[in-house]
This record gives sequence, C-alpha cells and structure tokens, in this order.
Amino acid sequence: MSIFEYNGSALVAMVGKNCFAIASDRRLGVQLQTVATDFRRIYRIHDKVYIGLSGLATDAQTLYQRLVFRHKLYQLREERDMKPETFASLVSSILYEKRFGPYFCQPVIAGLGDDDQPFICTMDCLGAKELAKDFVVSGSASESLYGACESMYKPDMEPEELFENISQALLASVDRDCLSGWGGHVFLVTPSEVQERTLKGRMD
Amino acid sequence: MEKARVDLPPKGGFSFDLCRRNEMLTKKGLQLPGFRKTGTTIVGLIFEDGVILGADTRATEGPIVADKNCEKIHYMAPNIYCCGAGTAADTEAVTDMVSSQLQLHRYATRRESRVITALTLLKSHLFSYQGHVSAALVLGGVDITGPHLHTVYPHGSTDTLPFATMGSGSLAAMAVFESKYKEGLTREDGIQLVGEAICSGIFNDLGSGSNVDVCVITKGKTDYLRNHQLPNPRTYISSRGYSFDRGHTEVLSTKITPLKLKAEVVENDAMEE
Repeated sequence: MSIFEYNGSALVAMVGKNCFAIASDRRLGVQLQTVATDFRRIYRIHDKVYIGLSGLATDAQTLYQRLVFRHKLYQLREERDMKPETFASLVSSILYEKRFGPYFCQPVIAGLGDDDQPFICTMDCLGAKELAKDFVVSGSASESLYGACESMYKPDMEPEELFENISQALLASVDRDCLSGWGGHVFLVTPSEVQERTLKGRMD
Repeated sequence: MEKARVDLPPKGGFSFDLCRRNEMLTKKGLQLPGFRKTGTTIVGLIFEDGVILGADTRATEGPIVADKNCEKIHYMAPNIYCCGAGTAADTEAVTDMVSSQLQLHRYATRRESRVITALTLLKSHLFSYQGHVSAALVLGGVDITGPHLHTVYPHGSTDTLPFATMGSGSLAAMAVFESKYKEGLTREDGIQLVGEAICSGIFNDLGSGSNVDVCVITKGKTDYLRNHQLPNPRTYISSRGYSFDRGHTEVLSTKITPLKLKAEVVENDAMEE
C-alpha cells in the first residue's frame, strides 16, 4: 500500500469569477479503520490564502506548523501578507529541501492575489509546481476527482454556483474512494467575505 | 537552544532528517510514492542563425496525466533556455538554481552569460549528486561565440551536438531528425522540423502528449512560442456543462467571515520635506 493511502484524503480547488473554492473530505483513518470524522486538512494562512495538505496526516501537520512559522517571519519582516504565488514558491522550496527524504504530502494552494485574481496550484511531494487555470486535485481520491472536475467544471462561475459545483464534484468522487468521505469542508473565498461550509455526506 | 537552531530557515542545501524514518516505513511494507515526472519529448537543433528548442506539454504521475499543458522549456538567461525531462521537481529546481547563479554572475561581470557557463554549472551540480538528481536536459543558447546546443544527462555527462533529443520520446523524435535534418536550415524550416519531431513524440510515445512549445533563440533576440501547435484540442465537453440548483448540496453549517479592507500605507517622500 502506498504511504499516501495510509490516512486517506480528498482535496480539490476550483477557480470562479474573482473567487475560488477549496474543499476537502473530513475523514482521518488508519488504513481501513476510521479514526476521526471531523478532521481538517485545509488551513488558513491569511485571509486570502489557503493550503490543503493531503497525504500522511502527521507530515501534513508538521508541514503546516513550519509554513505558519515562515509566513509569520515574512509578515514581521515585510509588514504585509504573502502573495499566493510567493507562498507557493515557499512551499515548493520547503518540500524540495527534503528531496531525498520527503514529507509525504501533496499540497493544494489557493488564494486571491492582487486585483483579486484567483490563483490555484498543486505540487507533488518534492515540490514540483503545477499551475492550473481551472481546477487542481490531490489525495487518495484524486483519480475520481480528475474525472468529476473534468466534466463538471465551467469557466467564470459565480460564487454560489462554484460552491454547488465543487461540492458535487467532491461528494461524487469520495463515494468512489473507500479511504475518504464523511462529508466535506468547503471554503468559498470572494474579495469581500469567506464562507466556510460543512457538507453532509455518506457515512460509510 | 538546540530546538531554535533546527527551526531557523535553512540557508540552502538538502536536509536528510526524514530519510531514516522513511526508510523504516518502507521496511514496514509501505510503498514510497511516485513523483511527478515529465515523461517527455524534448528536442533542439542548430539552424542558420541560432538555436531552436522544442518540447511537448504533458506531465505524468504514473499512468495519470497530471498536467495537460505544462512548461518544459525553462528560462536560464535572456539568451539561454533549457528543456527538462525526468523528475519534474529536479528539472525545475536545477534550472532555477543555475539561472539565479547566472544572473548574479551577470551582475558581477556585466557581460552576457555564455552557454558553456550554464553547462558547467549544471553538470558539476548533477555529477556531485551521482545521478540522484534525475534531470535530463537539452540546453541551447546563442552567445558571443555563436549558437550552442548541448545535452546533459542525470549523471553529469554532456554532449555537444548540431541536433539533439531527450526524454522517453527521444527515439521517435530522433527518427525525424536523422531523416530530415541538414545544416543551414532556415528559421521557418527549423521550426517546422522541430514541430514535426515533437509531434512524432506526442503521437508515438505515451509519456508525451498535448501541445508543442517552441523557443527560437537568435543573436540578440529570443522568441518563446508557447503552444506553437495545438494538435490535441479538447472535443468532448458539453457546451452547457453541468448546472446544479442553488441549495442542492446538503449543508450542515455555514460560517461567514467578512473580510476587512486592509489599510494602505502611503509613504511620504522624505526628500520632499
């Protein structure tokens, strides 16, 4: 079994018109045994940048702590928040530092940049960036997420439409993955507000 | 004190502190993950007044296409570009690192970078990691001494060639070059031949796919033709797409946080007062 499938996870981010959404499942398991059903994989870096960490949960939490530390140092030195592009480069270099003994995490980064342009990106566990204009996925349900997003995604969605779209893509995909599920967390970020919603899903 | 030292941002170089743990996990029967690769076709050739580089745009993770339109022609210097094949993180990191070294070298010397400088920096880094940094590169550029084309292997060996191919589609592309390349090609014929070689990789090698990127470097001018050819357009999407009614998804709870506008600091010009 792959180390990415030890805890199980599903992560997806989608771009809309001047907004973005990032969603994850809520399950934490140890192989086929479910341990928690309210687990968080999406973390807030600042108001307009979010990171989701799929893969091994212990590494995800360690990595998150290091990222918060580095972002706070940046805030103190620069007296401003990081742009999403800058943050993605930071994550990438932290991951590549451990090229020969990696963290088992595949991050998904989503943020609103200057002029509220949405930015999404994903990486492999060595920090190879993949910038996308439409959607990015990762986790043990990534294969079914690719399929669902590929057919459901539309360009220039309004926030509420985007929310329905990403939620349906997530729920449809985790139903085809044993290792993720138990509903979802969705963050819908627009220039004026952040909506954090908890989704109801199957509990098997 | 020990802890504080560990948490400080690193100054550079690799960190090996998870290697022991990861080795233990493998011994317990957990598989280490595959990395994102660029199972690739990359090519380059010398034509009458410069160098043309070409690449496909598919990135793979095992059998899954991870990115349908990625960039494999990396910037090194205004007059030097580099195509990368192998582990995506390695090609990206190694080219970024060398391009930064070249920029600093230009600041220090105030001269245009030379291709041989880039080549030496690349091969000495790759050789020192004995092939573990798996980047296979096609390096091309035009400097004061004329056009240059080199290939760099992951172990640090290099070749100097009039036409070169690399990656999993290298055989398919080389078949085209071997039958059609001749010295002193015109710019149009050169771009045409590079496009043909990449298409041969796209259609005959499963690791390569999607579009053709081309980069034409001549003395004093570089043209990066991103998505020069699009031989595989998307045909299967419905024009209307899926639409869901609002409130279709069952929501358990909603938390709305309004975002405050950040106050902008306007700095007065100290010199004016």
